[in-house]
Amino acid sequence: MEPYIRPVVIGVMIFIVFNALIIASAILVLAERKIMGFMQQRYGPYLVGPHGMLQPIADILKLVFKEELRPKGADKWLFTLAPILSIVTAFVAFATVPFGAETTLFGFLDEPIKLGIADVNVAVLVVFAVTSMGVYGIVLAGWASNSKYSLFGGLRASAQMISYELAYATSLAAVILLAGSLSLREIVDAQQGFWYLFGVIPVPKWYFFVQIPGFIIYVIAGVAETNRAPFDFPEAEQELVAGYNTEYSSVRFALFPQAEYINMVTMSAVATDLYLGGWHFPGVPPAFGWIVFLAKVSVFLFVYIWMRWTVPRYRYDQLMMFGWKYLFPASVLNLIVTAALVLYFNA
Amino acid sequence: MIPLSYYLILSATLFAIGAAGVFMRRNLITILLSVEIMLNAVNLTFVAFGRYAGDLDGQIITFFVMTVAAAEAAVGLALVIALFRHRESLNPDAFTSLKW
Amino acid sequence: MPETVTFFLFAALAIGASTLVIAQRNPMYSVLLLIASFGALSGLYIQLEAPFVAVAQIIIYAGAIMVLFLFVVMLLNAPKEDGADWDRLHPLRQPGVARWGTLLAVLLIVQLASALMAVREYNTPVGAQSDAATVNSVAAMGRSIFTRHTFAFEATSILILVAMVGAVVLARREGDQ
Repeated sequence: MEPYIRPVVIGVMIFIVFNALIIASAILVLAERKIMGFMQQRYGPYLVGPHGMLQPIADILKLVFKEELRPKGADKWLFTLAPILSIVTAFVAFATVPFGAETTLFGFLDEPIKLGIADVNVAVLVVFAVTSMGVYGIVLAGWASNSKYSLFGGLRASAQMISYELAYATSLAAVILLAGSLSLREIVDAQQGFWYLFGVIPVPKWYFFVQIPGFIIYVIAGVAETNRAPFDFPEAEQELVAGYNTEYSSVRFALFPQAEYINMVTMSAVATDLYLGGWHFPGVPPAFGWIVFLAKVSVFLFVYIWMRWTVPRYRYDQLMMFGWKYLFPASVLNLIVTAALVLYFNA
Repeated sequence: MIPLSYYLILSATLFAIGAAGVFMRRNLITILLSVEIMLNAVNLTFVAFGRYAGDLDGQIITFFVMTVAAAEAAVGLALVIALFRHRESLNPDAFTSLKW
Repeated sequence: MPETVTFFLFAALAIGASTLVIAQRNPMYSVLLLIASFGALSGLYIQLEAPFVAVAQIIIYAGAIMVLFLFVVMLLNAPKEDGADWDRLHPLRQPGVARWGTLLAVLLIVQLASALMAVREYNTPVGAQSDAATVNSVAAMGRSIFTRHTFAFEATSILILVAMVGAVVLARREGDQ
């Protein structure tokens, strides 16, 4: 009985995660508009369903029923391939992120399963590799549309993404030094327990408390990687029509913002795992860790949305200068200082 | 388990495809791409032999080969851009001014 | 058994994609097909118990070098300049080139394969000599790179710096200050 239940349970878990990501992107559409509304002292969408809760369904239905257009000079294969690449890399990036402790499902299984789709021993690098493949969706969308605005938007977006990958990777390296492992699950497990400040006050052993500059650098680089908030010049609605997805409509268009929201969720999940201790929280038993994880990821997503509607947008050259001249040296400095301190305290 | 010879034949095939691309294509960028195919075939041979011998040296050499290939691709593409600005063509037959 | 299936799947994908790379007229498609070939090779590295090399392949080759190629193809607007002005027929369809080229390629494969298989026990399964735990440890690899191969590491970093400066200088327009 047991050998047959296990694959079924794992299949159910994968199914749940896949659908949860899709539903998360729908909820984020609504959350963004509601939070934006409240920050601008108005209600967001209010009519569809109670307090506008069913608005995403209306949005999705509208997009699905729109006409599928393709510009005449657009490259037939690449025009469709670009949104597919975006969405596939967005989903795959979440595959190596663990979201809960090992659990036997309250005794249902004999051996515990790990809550996470795949547990790879180089998980940090896999997330980084797959998000760097996400550049292709955007640059191909810009190119395949065969239009000036799209091409500029695509090139700028991809140049921005590869520039901020450097600061992203270097801040990851600092966390890897602290944890001594490349596996996300081991990094989270290295953050359980407490330190006792002045002997009395318990402080959780999260890396957030020892790596505050690294955390800030990681969040900034993550926001730039997902083309969000102050770094979303390439898809700026006011400046470039709509940037690289100008010529897209209906389902092909819908995949781009969905990929962006799922990338946001993945970045928030990885930030939670690396800096905020994943599913550990004082007093919560490990079997319910995934609820803690969801709460932390939601906090991050709220900060993402908050940043977008509070801070003005960077101009493109300011954005590139910031990434190369300030953020990357800061992250290298952070790595050197972390390495020195690890060596000093472990010697 | 996969015998070592399978990996070797595969990498020999990839190397030959890359070499054929370098000889037969008349577009500078495709020639550079074929060179990358050859480098990858060599990487595969290194890793396969490293696994066969049971130590990490194959992977370490591969790591360095990848880095050198990146540097070479960057300089090669810069050269292609400079050449294109000069002659407006990517065909290697266009650059024959040194031919007697 | 599933190993053999995945090996042949990845091998077929790598060979097919590489053949299409050299046969495509449009350089944009060539670049994308080469990315697919790199993905297949990455799968083969994972099968060879080399996860770090597999991920580095995606990060460095598919994620950085190919983006560079793609930028250059888009910058030079290469699809319209594929040498169609210089030779009427596609090179692989000119009979002489195709026949001799294919013959030479097959000869090269046979020669390389026979040279590589001079290893005495070439039919043993890869991995029979030792188990995986000693081989795929990233920590051991890092230790080895920074102690035994320090010189190569430092020389490579200088090489990359030189290549970066060289690429910027070479691609600069004439008459720029």
